[in-house]
Amino acid sequence: MPKSVVNDFTTKIATANGTGSQSANNILFKTLVRMGIPTSAKNLFPSNIQGLPTWFHIRTSPQGYQSMRRKSEILVAVNPASFTSDHAAVESGNVVIYDSARISIPQEKKGVSYYPVPLSTIAKTNFDNPRIRTLLTNTVYVGVLAELFNLDTQIIEQVIRDTFKKKQKVVDVNIKAVTLGIDYAKENLKKTDSYTYNKSDQTPNKIVMEGNAATALGCIFGGCTVAAWYPITPASSLSESLETYGKRFRSDPKTKTSKIAVVQAEDELSAVGMAIGAGWAGSRAMTGTSGPGISLMSEFIGLAYYAEVPVVIFDVQRVGPSTGLPTRTQQGDIQLCASASHGDTQHILLLPATIKECFELSARAFDVADRMQTPVFVLTDLELGMNLWASDPFEYYDKPFDRGKVLGVEAMAKAKKFERYLDSDKDGIGYRTLPGTPHPLAAYFTRGTGHTEQATYSEEPDVYERNMKRLAKKFETTTQYTPKPLFTGDKNAKLGIISYGTTHHAIIEAQDLLRVGKKSAKCLRLLSYPFHDEVKQFIDSCDHVAVVEANRDAQMAGLLTQAYPGSDRKIKKVAFSDGFPMDPVRITDTILEVI
Amino acid sequence: MAEATNRAGLTKKDYMGPPSTLCKGCGHDSITAGIVQACYEMNINPHEIVKTSGIGCSSKSPTYFLSLSHGFNGVHGRAPSYSTGIKLANQTLKILLVSGDGDSVNIGIGQYIHTLRRNADMLYIIENNGTYGLTKGQFSATADQGSPNHYGEINPFQPIDLPQMAVELGASFVARSFSGDRKQMITLIKAGLSHKGCAVLDIFSPCVTFMNHDTSPKSYAYVKEHDIPLQELGFVPSFEEITVDYKEGEAKEVTLHDGSRLILKKLAEDYDPTDRSAALAMLEKGIREKNVMTGLIYYKKDAPTLGDTLKLPETPLRDFNERDLRPSCEDFQEFLTELK
Repeated sequence: MPKSVVNDFTTKIATANGTGSQSANNILFKTLVRMGIPTSAKNLFPSNIQGLPTWFHIRTSPQGYQSMRRKSEILVAVNPASFTSDHAAVESGNVVIYDSARISIPQEKKGVSYYPVPLSTIAKTNFDNPRIRTLLTNTVYVGVLAELFNLDTQIIEQVIRDTFKKKQKVVDVNIKAVTLGIDYAKENLKKTDSYTYNKSDQTPNKIVMEGNAATALGCIFGGCTVAAWYPITPASSLSESLETYGKRFRSDPKTKTSKIAVVQAEDELSAVGMAIGAGWAGSRAMTGTSGPGISLMSEFIGLAYYAEVPVVIFDVQRVGPSTGLPTRTQQGDIQLCASASHGDTQHILLLPATIKECFELSARAFDVADRMQTPVFVLTDLELGMNLWASDPFEYYDKPFDRGKVLGVEAMAKAKKFERYLDSDKDGIGYRTLPGTPHPLAAYFTRGTGHTEQATYSEEPDVYERNMKRLAKKFETTTQYTPKPLFTGDKNAKLGIISYGTTHHAIIEAQDLLRVGKKSAKCLRLLSYPFHDEVKQFIDSCDHVAVVEANRDAQMAGLLTQAYPGSDRKIKKVAFSDGFPMDPVRITDTILEVI
Repeated sequence: MAEATNRAGLTKKDYMGPPSTLCKGCGHDSITAGIVQACYEMNINPHEIVKTSGIGCSSKSPTYFLSLSHGFNGVHGRAPSYSTGIKLANQTLKILLVSGDGDSVNIGIGQYIHTLRRNADMLYIIENNGTYGLTKGQFSATADQGSPNHYGEINPFQPIDLPQMAVELGASFVARSFSGDRKQMITLIKAGLSHKGCAVLDIFSPCVTFMNHDTSPKSYAYVKEHDIPLQELGFVPSFEEITVDYKEGEAKEVTLHDGSRLILKKLAEDYDPTDRSAALAMLEKGIREKNVMTGLIYYKKDAPTLGDTLKLPETPLRDFNERDLRPSCEDFQEFLTELK
């Protein structure tokens, strides 16, 4: 047997959509995390309810890499429909575990360890209910993997108990299915491969969460009280989580009243309209959507920009254009969001890369929106939003709300007059009042038409131009309130890498790959747009700057060259997108090609 | 002599706005005057009202009344959504939405329908004239089939009847009036403002520039002649202890959410506005006979509003602070433990 490979390989599980493999896969993921092994998961699923192929990649990595490898070492083949192509990718040294009740191997490949397990027959003969049988077929392979690769069975059982909590019957059948898998493997399989999972101490005390849930939790801490949304993959679970957390954290135990209103609107126009109305009236309000929703919301986004209404818009990006690949990931809405709507518009973007940042930046987004009186976009993507991630526990977010420039009744009592859009502080941001303020000077008329400093209607050329210039100045003020970029890598390197969002995970690995080729790089990760001065300084300090992103048109590179026209000579576009999470190997190769 | 003031200490002028820029004789200006009168007589505190509108001639009109109230004039056909959002943020506000037929029945019909379905709390006035004014005389979806526009072109499509659709959708308050019937209109505005839930008030408001020709069923003369009031209406505000004399069987009373009462004096036919199928049959008959049926068409008491459904507290959501809105440190730790 070749030298054993410990904790550094990828297991690919091929199932059919709608057969309940998700719960088995999640049990597997959590087990590995609790075993202390750095683990990441990518769920590659189709836009379909039942039947089409779906894959779950579980990568363990002693280096802690969390990006998606294109290769895998262990194939768990449960779906006959995808087996031919799944098997085609198998190489010498790999492992194939397959449901031998439904899949036969036409020709075995050399150097591959094959483990036939009649998964569906085992489930069929041991469980009566047809639906349960299908579900537990998946749980059986958890047991097989446990036996073959040394998963801790006590941890598996505890994860099952924690997952299904008080549903004792469900706990029992799942544990039984795992045991059946273990027993079958013990009796019938002889280990011929070299892979093993060994307990480690690399990931103590981790929490496991999807990005969308972390974002929703951020909304709770950010003080969001009105949320309106329309169902769309991959954003739905964000608002659904917010509703769940609303019931848990915002419901008054005595009166049963709720300190959050979550409304499923009839479309995205209505969703953002409700959020804008609530934001204008003083609530911290959000909507959650994906690219197609942003397209629909664009007219409203322009209104909120021009009339200066705070609102937070979450875009969990998926592959466009049009319906595109609705269950695949992309960073394709950067320029759309940076300037959504007709006319001259500029918007603030926040760019989390981890579930911890989903939590913190989402909470912070409401402060930025209130302070800047404008829409704030939080851009995540399907990879971050809909996958499980392990993370250190979040710290309690205790930053006080920044409600921005709001004049209450006391302030109004001292005021001689109120001019909504007057730049009295010379930062471009005016003072606002909220409807319901009992003072005769407090009222103003908000409009999407041209307006004066006093919020009255105007088509005067100088009034319009003055207002638009003030809005541009206000946008420049943004960086005082938004998170600065983060720096890693070799300070003295002349090769710079700029990334943002989930591309971060591939960049960590790409940096090491570059180092292997004796190429060192320094990295800047953007957390927000507009750019801080540090971004300019970083570009200036490099010979070449590779801007790495998951889209075809190098959208962030476009914003950078627009912001720093002199730097376009240095900026190298490393932009590609096939719908899967970014591949560090391809990033590394492309960087070496373009510099 | 000092100007008369109401119980809120305000003059009628305080409920007005800057002069209208709509065409001379526009029905919308009569409605504006009606809103001013109704709010004055109801002693409304202007800061408790928010005026909202979409885009179009009708949607311009909130500028011309209640200048002491906050106003929100947004995008075409979408006023119901931001009106809903404003109310969610602050349940103590009264929403007065002014829209038009193009705004609500063409581009905005989706929001109109879903706002009624949710019973979002607001007075929703549609200033209905069957035509686009600002863009110069195109047909709207309430224009009558077979009748010509300003340029002599015939409308080939069936009109949508707003009250009929509202009753079918289960709206809790549906009324129609005519900008030329000041008394009825003001009474219905008052009743609509006193209603809890979505009060739809469709007001025929002839466009003097584009839809007032002799052959138009939306002209002032036609509506005046074919206006058939369902009841003679009286409004008794909650702050007045007035008993209204009428003989048994001659009138019905509707007690509104804020305690005010709408007196419905029987006219030619006995009409029960709480009977949904009777309302639909009456509207159908009106359409068939080419008459404009006005008055309180349908009323449903105590229908839960969106705020009720979402169990919102009386305290405006926008007033809660960090302590109110964040879980405690202990609850948060417990939550994180569950994620391990």
